[in-house]
Amino acid sequence: MPGTVDTLLESNLESVDSAEALCVDAAKQLGLDEDAGMDLGLAVREAMVNAVAHGNKYSPNKKVRLVLEPRADSLRITIADEGEGFDLNRVPDPTHSENLMRGSGRGLLLIQTFVDEFTVKKSAAGGAEVTLVKYVISD
Amino acid sequence: MSATITTRQVGDVTVVDAAGKITLGEGAALLRDQVRSLLGAGNLKILINLGEVNYIDSSGIGELVSSFTTVSNQGGQLKLLNLTKRVHDLLQITKLYTVFEIHDDEARAVRSFS
Repeated sequence: MPGTVDTLLESNLESVDSAEALCVDAAKQLGLDEDAGMDLGLAVREAMVNAVAHGNKYSPNKKVRLVLEPRADSLRITIADEGEGFDLNRVPDPTHSENLMRGSGRGLLLIQTFVDEFTVKKSAAGGAEVTLVKYVISD
Repeated sequence: MSATITTRQVGDVTVVDAAGKITLGEGAALLRDQVRSLLGAGNLKILINLGEVNYIDSSGIGELVSSFTTVSNQGGQLKLLNLTKRVHDLLQITKLYTVFEIHDDEARAVRSFS
């Protein structure tokens, strides 16, 4: 089983790529198939983009904390930024007719589609802390 | 694999062949720049071939929507060709599948432009 990871990342797109790769690799080691791993990777990418771009606004002075906790039956990923946080209940539904043609705002929908549990709360630094859990189904 | 965007002319339709990753940063920006450039040159019939796009995120999807809107607002038409299963599924999830005119045969797609 892969080990726990707890790391601080810069607020840039390279961090998005590396976080995604780290999580996909951990998912593979836990036995998730390629499609499920890709789904999880996309969810992590979307959460990281939210943290880097919307939370920390690419600030070189702000970090994103990434925590990976592999378990026998799941992979738990926590991503925390130093932005202002957000209320999940106040995020517009991108599939609603009035939002359908917007050029953005679909990331949270994809995260919620591709993980089994998704929670949002205020991070210790006051920003958003999102937790994604993907179940590992054994044969 | 990073993104590549190339164009070719088939009659009066411009086919945009996209490949690789269409994500925030390089891929989505490349697609946006290409579509804006085509519009600037007066090309109003645009067919985006996504057959070699193996990965797209919400920014890439958003760029397809923005491009569709921009082209439509200028009196043009933007259609999609050869969706991979992954792109197809994401357009279903985001309920955009019925927004775009989608084809799986290039010759028919080209003929469909008015």
